[in-house]
Amino acid sequence: MEKFVTLTSTVVPLEVENVDTDQIIPARFLKATSKEGFGDNLFRDWRYDKNGEPVAEFILNNPLYKGQVLVAGKNFGSGSSREHAAWAIAGYGFKVVVSSFFADIFKNNSMNNFVLPVVVSEQFLAELFESVRNDPEMTVTVDLEKQQITNNYTRKSETFAINTYKKECFLNGFDDIDYLLNKKEQIEQFEQCNGLKL
Amino acid sequence: MKQTLFDKIWDKHVVSIVEDGPTQLYIDRMYCHEVTSPQAFDGLRRRGLKVFRPKQITCIPDHNIPTKNQELPIRDAVSKHQVDTLDKNAKEFGVNYYPMGHGKNGIIHVVGPENGLSLPGMTMVCGDSHTSTHGAVGAIAFGIGTSEVEMVLATQCVFQSRPKTMRIVVKNRLKPYVTAKDLALYIIAQMTTGGATGYFVEYAGEAVENLSMEGRFTLCNLSIEMGARGGMIAPDDTTFAYIKGREFAPKGEAWNQALAYWKTLQSDADAVFDKEIVFDATHIEPMITYGTNPGMGMGINEAIPALDTIDASSRISFNKSLEYMGFQSGEKITGKTVDYVFLGSCTNGRIEDFRAFAGFVKGRKKATNVVAWLVPGSWAVDKQIRAEGLDKVLEEAGFEIRQPGCSACLAMNDDKVPAGKYAVSTSNRNFEGRQGPGARTILAGALVAAAAAITGKLVDPRSLNTDKS
Repeated sequence: MEKFVTLTSTVVPLEVENVDTDQIIPARFLKATSKEGFGDNLFRDWRYDKNGEPVAEFILNNPLYKGQVLVAGKNFGSGSSREHAAWAIAGYGFKVVVSSFFADIFKNNSMNNFVLPVVVSEQFLAELFESVRNDPEMTVTVDLEKQQITNNYTRKSETFAINTYKKECFLNGFDDIDYLLNKKEQIEQFEQCNGLKL
Repeated sequence: MKQTLFDKIWDKHVVSIVEDGPTQLYIDRMYCHEVTSPQAFDGLRRRGLKVFRPKQITCIPDHNIPTKNQELPIRDAVSKHQVDTLDKNAKEFGVNYYPMGHGKNGIIHVVGPENGLSLPGMTMVCGDSHTSTHGAVGAIAFGIGTSEVEMVLATQCVFQSRPKTMRIVVKNRLKPYVTAKDLALYIIAQMTTGGATGYFVEYAGEAVENLSMEGRFTLCNLSIEMGARGGMIAPDDTTFAYIKGREFAPKGEAWNQALAYWKTLQSDADAVFDKEIVFDATHIEPMITYGTNPGMGMGINEAIPALDTIDASSRISFNKSLEYMGFQSGEKITGKTVDYVFLGSCTNGRIEDFRAFAGFVKGRKKATNVVAWLVPGSWAVDKQIRAEGLDKVLEEAGFEIRQPGCSACLAMNDDKVPAGKYAVSTSNRNFEGRQGPGARTILAGALVAAAAAITGKLVDPRSLNTDKS
């Protein structure tokens, strides 16, 4: 996978709380058997009307806002475990999602698809929304090495948490399966010792 | 060291802990359905791998399954392709498989426990957030994404950060007409939709101990709706009686050994939880939701909160929700017209739910303005419905029983609620568009659903049945 080190980008502000996975990608679009094409239906029912026409007021349809960073209200990604939500966000071209709170499963799914979830304080989030209202072309910088996000409009920075293992995965572009496959012998031993193999 | 029930099971399954990283957790059983598994099987093919422990994987198509004419090919070509893909993958990789029409087909979270596949002390996963259901037998069960499904197929392990522990104690007993679903919706409304994020919840207390296994599945099923990684209940005699004799449950001496172990699966008396919360069951009324997440719930006779009681930062979302539902802040919604009623799903598609619904509508007639979908959670539930004669009761009241599947819970098949229509649904999510684009979902238990189906309105079931308990 592509490595992630730092990113500076304009942002797309989605000022809605509790954005659930059914909004990110409605169930009727889950029927594909590959990971491709989900970006086209990201936020489908907010983005397009019944006739498939773009809804002008929705943020993704507003030409003022673009970029690789999605900024969303708290509790982003609640609901279903569908990884299709992460595929849709990645497929659309987002590399980072910023919120003050993420649902657990979404956070894992997002990381497994090299979309970095960045948790910021409520205040930092509120200021981000305000900054982008003042200047739609404002940017943020996400520096994974330093675990730091900077609002380049206010010049304020905040650090964010990520465990060392996942950070290494992002910095080097490798995934969990690569790691686990190297541990097969250990898994077999574990099964034997614990009588777990069914 | 005093341990919680969660600690006992989790610790027994830790293969390794990556330094300043996740825990490598061994998984006893994985369930796969057709929606979240195709890309995982593809991943194996791409890497040239086999399924590591095929006996520990069970595949069941449920999300796209039509609830009529299952004997015919699925009409929707894309749905058919997804179900066919699971068929191909299950056969190619040699895992357990219960296809559409098989006697053991149905919703995974109903089928697993009823066949004795989900047992106390196990770790179980599925690419489905309602996997928390299986925790009701005293197990660690949680939903995972497709990349993680691939990890388990390849290595029978998954990487997880260790969640914090929470115990929710519900004192006293539920009142008559208050079901496990009402209990769950009450807890979620108190906790909010993200209130248990990062935690694994153990439910305890008199109200929980007095639930049947069906009720316990319903309660654990909804754990994810407050953000919890999963929910669990310590196994007891109710659990053991439920499991004994089921097809894949241990038999003979193996049963005795298993039982001796299962009896140790309780939180130690002085075990410390990261968070403990106590609720009083006598405060709980039949519940409904009024908004677009399961945390937006209230007692059926209560009013929707007034706008000025909502946090300033949440008002945009609150208003957006009510606008979608066509409700006003501060209003009561009893008496509103209901267009659709859905009984079913992994939340409320079990025999007890059909008994409750049938018992309530017995001798009454379905309201003519209501379209009712009654969808058993599995063929085994369907068989039991017929064995108990509930099918006759329901037919006399003007209802028909459809064929098992996830159905209108997420409307991936043909069972879609039209835009703007109100559905009282025993399922688990009232998200915008969940039951069809523009559909308006009111979550409730089987009795509120039955009362709505009879009157065509949102009514307190107690107002119709003052003599029953």
